[in-house]
This record gives sequence, C-alpha cells and structure tokens, in this order.
Amino acid sequence: MLDLGKYIIFSLLSIFLSISSFSETRKFNIGKIATKQEVAGWDIDIRPDGLGAPKGSGDALSGEEVYAERCASCHGDFGEGIDRWPELVGGSGTLSSHDPVKTTGSYWPYASTIYDYVYRSMPFGEAQSLTYDETYKIVAYLLNMNDIIDEDFILSNKNIGKIKMPNRNGFLLPDPRPDVKNLNGNPCMKNCNTPTKIIGKARDIDVTPEDEKS
Amino acid sequence: MAKEKKDIISRRSVIKAGVGLGALGLSSKSLLAKEANNKNLPPNVPEWTETLGDGVDVNPYGMPSEFESNVIRRNVEWLTASTESSVNFTPLQDLEGIVTPNGLCFERHHGGTAIINPIDYRLMINGLVDREMIFTLDDLKRFPQVNKFYFLECAANGGMEWKGSQLNGCQYTFGMVHNVQYTGVKLFDLIQETGLKNNAKWVLAEGSDSSGMTRSIPIEKIKDDCIIAWAMNGEALRPEQGYPIRLVVPGWEGNMWVKWLRRIEFGDKPYMTREETSKYTDLLSDGKARMFTWVMDAKSVITSPCPEKPVLQKGIHQIRGLAWSGRGKIKRVDVSLDGGKNWKTAQLHSPVLEKSLTRFTIPFEWNGEEMLLQSRAIDETNYVQPTIKELQNIRGVNSIYHNNSIATWLISKNGKVDNVRLG
Ligand code: HEC
Repeated sequence: MLDLGKYIIFSLLSIFLSISSFSETRKFNIGKIATKQEVAGWDIDIRPDGLGAPKGSGDALSGEEVYAERCASCHGDFGEGIDRWPELVGGSGTLSSHDPVKTTGSYWPYASTIYDYVYRSMPFGEAQSLTYDETYKIVAYLLNMNDIIDEDFILSNKNIGKIKMPNRNGFLLPDPRPDVKNLNGNPCMKNCNTPTKIIGKARDIDVTPEDEKS
Repeated sequence: MAKEKKDIISRRSVIKAGVGLGALGLSSKSLLAKEANNKNLPPNVPEWTETLGDGVDVNPYGMPSEFESNVIRRNVEWLTASTESSVNFTPLQDLEGIVTPNGLCFERHHGGTAIINPIDYRLMINGLVDREMIFTLDDLKRFPQVNKFYFLECAANGGMEWKGSQLNGCQYTFGMVHNVQYTGVKLFDLIQETGLKNNAKWVLAEGSDSSGMTRSIPIEKIKDDCIIAWAMNGEALRPEQGYPIRLVVPGWEGNMWVKWLRRIEFGDKPYMTREETSKYTDLLSDGKARMFTWVMDAKSVITSPCPEKPVLQKGIHQIRGLAWSGRGKIKRVDVSLDGGKNWKTAQLHSPVLEKSLTRFTIPFEWNGEEMLLQSRAIDETNYVQPTIKELQNIRGVNSIYHNNSIATWLISKNGKVDNVRLG
C-alpha cells in the first residue's frame, strides 16, 4: 500500500462495507497509532493483482545493465546461476521430468512475486537498496529472458498485475492431505505384507558430512 | 534443503572424489568404547573428590559439560551456496525427553541472523484494520500472555530422502525439528486494539531480516492459536530464532513461523509471496504443484539406536524416539524390529501435548543379528504415518517438502547402524 491509490481503495472499501466492524473502543489501550509515512516505509508487499505496486516503470533493454551490475555475479549474465546460486531463467517444459528446473520463468505463477521478492530481498546482502524503476527494469529483463515479454515492453505498476505467467495454472488448491489410505488408526500389526529387502544405503551414496569431532 | 537436485548431484560427485571415507560418526574409532582411567574407579578415589571444584560464577551463563562437546548443530555444507542462506540440524540422537535446549534448536535462515536491539524493535499492524498501529516490545508484554509447548518442523525435513536414503544420520534426516515452550501473546488479542474489517481473510507476516521473509496465513489459523512469542524455554528468544519476536504457527510448516517479525498486514486475499510459490510448494510427477500445504502430518523417528548411536553391547537396550503431529496429539507409536512385518506398541511418556514432540521408548534385546528398526506414529485423528512407497505412489519423488514417511535403521552384525531404504 505504498501509493495513495491503494490507500484510497481501502478507505472506499471500508466506507462501502457498512457491515464493517469499526470499533472506537480499544480494550487495553496499548500501542500507538501508525502514521501514513511509517506504514508507507514498511508496507512493501505487492499482490498478484498489482495491489501495492509502487509507481514506476522499466523495460528489459535498460534492465540488462542494472541486472549485469547488481545480479549477474551470482545468478549469471543470462540468469543461468553460477555455482550453487539459484538459476532464474529457463527450465520450461521440465516440471514433469525427472529433473525439474524451477525458475521465475518455468515455475513462478505471478510476475508480482518477482518484483516483491527482488525489491525486498535482493541483491543478496543488500536488501531494499534498488529503486522502484530499477526493480521494474530488472523484472522486465527476467521476464524477457524467459520469453514472457518483449524487450521493449514497458513494465509498470499499471500492468504488472496483468502479465500472464506460463505456469499460472500449475498450482493445485486446496491441500488434499491426508492423501494416503485411511487406516482409521488400525494399521497391520502381525505378519504384514511389506517388502523388507534393502534396496539402498545412505552409506553407499557417501554424501554425509564427516564429523571431525567424533 | 530446497536445492535443485542437479546441484546436489554435481556437488555429490565432488564430495565423492574428495572425501571418500565412511559416514558421519561411524569411523571405526567412534565405535570403540573409550577406556576408563583405573585411578578413578573403585576402590580408588578420583581426583575430583579429593580437590575443590570451580566456585560459583565461573560460568555466569552455564554451558554443557566439556564431555558433551559433540552435541552440536551441524550443517550439510554442499546443500547451499552460503551459510547465510542455509540450514543446520538439531542433534536429536543426543537429546532426551521432549524439550530441545535453546542452543541446539536447528537454524534456517534466508538472509542470516538479524541482530536487533529490543529498544529499536517495533511491530506494525496494518491493512484491513480500523487503526493501523505500532507496538514496542514492552507494549506486547502488557497483553495477557500464554505459555505453550509446540514443535517446529521445517517442511523440507527429510527432503533429501524422497528418492532413496541419502544422508546417514538421524540428525541430517530428521533434525529440522525442535520443540520448546513459547511465551507470548495470542496474535488475535492484538486485534482488540487495532479492530478488524469484516473482509479481512488473510494475514501477511513479514520479517525484518535481510530476506524480508513473508508468508500468507489464513485468518482462521490466526484466530485459532498463533502466538507472537518473545521467549523460548523460559528465556528470551535466541537471536537465530528471531529475537526479540517470532511468530508461532502451531503444527504448521516452520517457514511460516516468521522470525524477527516486524509487520502483520490484514488483507482479503493471499499475497503469493516467493516462499509460497517458488518454494514450499510440492511438485507432483505430472508437473503440477500443491500449494498452501501448511500442516505437518504425523511423523516419528527412532533417535537411538540410529546411525550416530550404534549398538555397542549384546543384551537389553532401550529404543528411544520422538513422535509428533501438526493435527493434534500423538495417540500411539508402534515399533518394528523386522522392517515392518511385525509391530509392538511403544510406551508414550508424559506429557503428551498437542502439536508437540512426544517421547516414546520400548525395550529390545540385541543378540548380534541384523535388525531393521522402524517406528510408526498414529495421531488423535487416527492418521497413520505412511511408508515412503505410499507417499511416492501419490506424490512422485520431486516434492522436496512434507516427507513424513517411516524411516528404516539397519543394525548390522557389528552393531553399526545405517539409514537404509527397503523395497
Ligand atoms: C551475492 C549473491 C547474489 C546476488 C548478487 C543476487 N542474488 Fe538473488 N539470490 C541469491 C541467493 C543466495 C538466493 C536464495 C535466497 C534464499 O535462500 O532464500 C537468491 C534468490 C533469488 C531469487 C529467487 C529464486 C527462486 O527460485 O526462488 C531471485 C528471483 C533473485 N535472487 C533475483 C536476484 C536479482 C534480480 C538480483 C539483482 C538485483 C539478485 N538476485 C542478486 C544470491 C544473490
């Protein structure tokens, strides 16, 4: 709710919702009222519909430079990921394979999440140091690298809620668990039919850290 | 834990080439019983009896015995690119009862540990409330308080074991869980100050660390049992556990228990943060992924014997273990010595609390033969902890998260214990 628009929407909402449970009474009288500036400084989240997106814009062409400077040292020039740092680009068509590659392009359902996350958390170790425009530029660059928008598409607070992500419909709700057979608290206790042949040992895979202290 | 498998494999080959020795704690050295010093044994009188010991205040804040120096959190270095975005594991194999000592509670950070002077701490509540407000730590402590034991388990606990047994240790395969008593206020009590709009359906919890951790939580859960906590096991939260304030979301995946909590926003829709889209979604074999899989299903582990705790003598031993469920209390735990063919019900030790670790024990006799140890938890909803095969049949092997299957420890004829997969 950084910009006034979001604030006004909420104010209107609360006026129209006459059922709203506005109460003047505070039970304990603890705490202080937050000012608008205080809230604006911390309320940095953005929802899929674009609610909360701060005013600003940028395209992939200008994003390439900012990305190269602030992101590429870990995530690679093309988002391919250096060493064990996360890859951000590619992986399309791999989600049902043996080796799924989950990136902003192949997996993330909303463009808003990229903006929200990059602004709040990246570059790693320099959180919340990008400007709004820089963030739009970088997100546009990532979307373009993932073939989601053209390089001259101007991404902004007006359209970030309308970008169609490839894996938008890749998520299932609600949680179907418990999803295993319902044994109603009475599992087999005697002579159960279960395989007891050893088909793998962690020792043979040999990736367990050595313990110098033991 | 949520690393792409590709990374893990490539790193694995490096490790293989470079190290190539036996697994954790299982070097032949550690299997030898350490020799006692005869001078300290009867009929002799040991030195610690004949001399004075340290006075009070030698350790103003007491530490464990020097002989317990191997009881520590450990990480798996090759799992992550940096220790600031990483995880370590609770040494469950060395713990008794149900309380996890504060210094042994596993750590999971996405941007390192934030160091916050409590004077500078503020909690902001905004969004669909009547009054957007700010509370200091002292403010929060003026609300009616609650004291509750809860387990916290990372959704990726056991995430490395989906395809097969990978890590040879109780600590590495089950150690992303801990259990402490929290002191705090019910989050919903703060609403009595801020008021709440009727269309508020979701909460965004936000951390003030360098990752700005955020998760969406449905308002029903907030009304039910979420706590804003400042103490664990009787003392202030440890910095790595969110000092001065963390959110407690009982029975639900650890990632939602936002540490260094700075803001609670009420909204009418979920926020779809990175941690509930890119991460903490469970990929099925058809390429679709489950979302908002919050509850931690019932699970149990034998903490001794286990790969770190070999069986050193023939005869009677006590199997010790822990069981827990995000849906309520543990009702029963069964133990098998033959890989799941036959089961016996273990003894549960009080207290048996809801959404808390529960201790179980059962005696067994080892005569030098191979044994396949398993434990199986049943919770008060009558849910039975499944086998890995059952989970794989439904979810495939790429879920990473929510592996609550039964594990198998093989006791070999030499008393060593191994993490094995049956099939
Ligand atoms: C110093 C290395 C480093 C730099 C520089 C860096 N990142 Fe990251 N990035 C990381 C790490 C580490 C993570 C994973 C953090 C975690 O554990 O939550 C990450 C995660 C991400 C993710 C989420 C990946 C996923 O699949 O969930 C995105 C998107 C991202 N970074 C974008 C950026 C952008 C854009 C920049 C430049 C503004 C940037 N990063 C700069 C290290 C870096």
